Amino acid sequence: MARVIVDVMLKPEILDAQGQAIARALPRLGFSGVSSVRQGKRFEVEIEGPADEAALAEVRKMAETLLANTVIEDFTVTVAG
Amino acid sequence: MNLDTVKRAADTPGERQPYAELGMKRDEYDRVREILGRRPTSSELAIYSVMWSEHCSYKSSKVHLRQFGTKAPKSDALLVGMGENAGVVDVGDGWAATFKIESHNHPSYVEPHQGAATGVGGIVRDIMSMGARPIAVMDSLRFGGADQPDTRRVLPGVVEGISHYGNCLGLPNIGGEVVFDPCYIGNPLVNALCVGLLRKDQIKLATAPGPGNKVVLFGALTGPDGIGGASVLASATFEDESQAKRPSVQVGDPFMEKLLIECCLELYQADVVVGIQDLGAAGVSCATTELAAKGTGGMDVQLDLVPLRDPSLRPEEILMSESQERMMAVVTPDDIDAFMAICTKWDIPATVIGEVTDTGRLVMTWHGETIVDIPPGTAADEGPVYERPFAEPAGQAALNAASAAELPRPEDLRATLLQLFGSPNLASKEWVTSQYDRYVRGNTVLAQPADAGVLRISEAMPGAEETTRGIALATDGNGRYARLDPYAGAQLALSEAYRNVAVTGATPLAVTNCLNFGSPEDPEVMWQFAEAVRGLADACKILGVPVTGGNVSFYNQTGSTAIHPTPVVGVLGVIDDVAKRVRSGFTGEGDRVVLLGETREELSGSEWAHVAHGHLGGLPPVADLEAERALALVLTEAASRGLLTGSHDLSDGGLAVALAEACLARGVGCAVSLPGDDAFVDLFSESAARALVTVRPEAFDALAELCAAHEVPCYGLGGTGGGTLAVEGVLEIPVAELREVHEGALPAVFG
Repeated sequence: MARVIVDVMLKPEILDAQGQAIARALPRLGFSGVSSVRQGKRFEVEIEGPADEAALAEVRKMAETLLANTVIEDFTVTVAG
Repeated sequence: MNLDTVKRAADTPGERQPYAELGMKRDEYDRVREILGRRPTSSELAIYSVMWSEHCSYKSSKVHLRQFGTKAPKSDALLVGMGENAGVVDVGDGWAATFKIESHNHPSYVEPHQGAATGVGGIVRDIMSMGARPIAVMDSLRFGGADQPDTRRVLPGVVEGISHYGNCLGLPNIGGEVVFDPCYIGNPLVNALCVGLLRKDQIKLATAPGPGNKVVLFGALTGPDGIGGASVLASATFEDESQAKRPSVQVGDPFMEKLLIECCLELYQADVVVGIQDLGAAGVSCATTELAAKGTGGMDVQLDLVPLRDPSLRPEEILMSESQERMMAVVTPDDIDAFMAICTKWDIPATVIGEVTDTGRLVMTWHGETIVDIPPGTAADEGPVYERPFAEPAGQAALNAASAAELPRPEDLRATLLQLFGSPNLASKEWVTSQYDRYVRGNTVLAQPADAGVLRISEAMPGAEETTRGIALATDGNGRYARLDPYAGAQLALSEAYRNVAVTGATPLAVTNCLNFGSPEDPEVMWQFAEAVRGLADACKILGVPVTGGNVSFYNQTGSTAIHPTPVVGVLGVIDDVAKRVRSGFTGEGDRVVLLGETREELSGSEWAHVAHGHLGGLPPVADLEAERALALVLTEAASRGLLTGSHDLSDGGLAVALAEACLARGVGCAVSLPGDDAFVDLFSESAARALVTVRPEAFDALAELCAAHEVPCYGLGGTGGGTLAVEGVLEIPVAELREVHEGALPAVFG
């Protein structure tokens, strides 16, 4: 058993309306000094067997197919330590 | 890093410029040099390349589109015609409606969700910029075959994008179309329509008059959206600095758009806007050149004042950015404080970026250096105009000769009806439309699956309480008919939308259109386009409904294979009293079922030929516009006299499908007999200018008299009631069985 983390973020140049909304809300709640917020998604994928290269390749494929929209999003795959 | 200033351009006449990469032809580039008397700066090249693109300049279509003006019928209702952001029509009692349909085809293929969402956002801003409150949207959608894998990627994304953006804005989606055909597999069509209301004396125009007036950019910040092309310029300017490839996908923010709507309405209310324009394709380039060209003629802009989401943007990129949810207004110095205060109230960033001048020049500076100095009209209005060659497609005659009359006819008409009724094009579109909010704001009187959407005016706008009026809208198009005969196909699209408006009891008033075609550089496509425009303009003249605006979408093709020519036509009508609108289908038991109009043997291009035989050939049904007009007169008069208890238009799938749909409206069956000798033709022919109505038995004579007065054929087919669709001697199908086939089809494919 291993846990693989997939982090999905909008590409840096893509408008992040939710991140902007959060950035606008923070000062209203008394948090100052924040210049920008970008919001992403994190997936924790439990796999059977070890997180070897083959398993990670499979998770990357999952990310490309379902977890991320690669037209507007980037993703990274890491093994939970 | 080098800034390409006007001075530098004058000093380096020989510098190679990437005009070809920006889609400009050599002679177009030479013309820019001739206009300016020097080479353009990279910023000027950015402006000319986008403004002279097919999308903005209509360079291939203009010579044909002029017919919409020259052949336009005289109409007292038309307040603003073609050439503005959207047409405006007088709907009575001091109110006006503005409406327009626009394509967002290619972006919806690349990124279905965002592409379709920003399509809705863009058309809504067009309507706002006329001074109106947007009150509803509609979408006319075409996808590849329902069973083709890519359709399962594109359709759900498009539908989700439309519903997300429209639902967030709080605008009801009151109808439209969903059509499947393999010809759209690489080129889905996403045509979005918006309608808005305004007092007829409060129309706003895109103009920048009055030297000294301020130019304000307001709404979302400018980012690197949709500027794939500009990277060529940027990298040329940046030289060695590596430039990440800019995305071509624009992402919308419906909540910002909602704030913009309310902000604009308050700005109009406070009367602090002289001229206004939304930023769509070509963004700041388009807004500045068009506003300046239509106003006093000049404008000074400090481009470095444009507020940015990404501070690394270069001037060329700012000029080409298609960031969404932005508007540009011209405001007098006296009103500027009030203007800014309203924007602050709505949390809308607003920045004065320039001033109107009377110099006849659009001058832009970047930190004090002049980077643009052009006559704005040369970019906005005096773009290239092409008389592209056109020729009838090589296979057209053979196509027209292969009539559907030769196809084997079915023995079992019951099975044929069920097969058609469950086929993707005729099946219930509830899977799609249930994802849209049809009733938000509470003014929807009729919505999909009714023939047309109908909206009540009285509660839609403050101050309208007195009026009983409503507006009706329908969009239609049939690519197969247009493929067989683009002239007739365009007319049939108009006929159907016109008829769909009339069956609700509304009087059709005006037209908007979205003309979706392949490449204009292909003479055969150009022939289809020329024929379609000619057909539509001729038909508008006969029906007395002027074209108020719309858009042309070319290059809908994959490789050398173009889509079927697909003119989509939207018709807006007005009904004096929304309480008298006619409901769709059979609304109760014991009514007489009446068929209006003449049925001919017209099966070529029909749904039957398509579904049963995969056949496309012959000539489409005759577009009998005089008959269409007479039918509409009968329908609207019968509705206003309260004769009709229900109605439904006959179109795809003919009488058989119309009867089946009418049964499903409220689960009321019918027993009818057919008027002709050939049951198959009676049931499945797609002759135009026909409608199904129901009346109380005692009103039948009055209806028959009305029909006689307008020379509209009128056949009593039978009566409503029971739980089956029964056609005497031909077929009998329980309503429940019809419902199962009809409503199960799309969920079976899309889940």
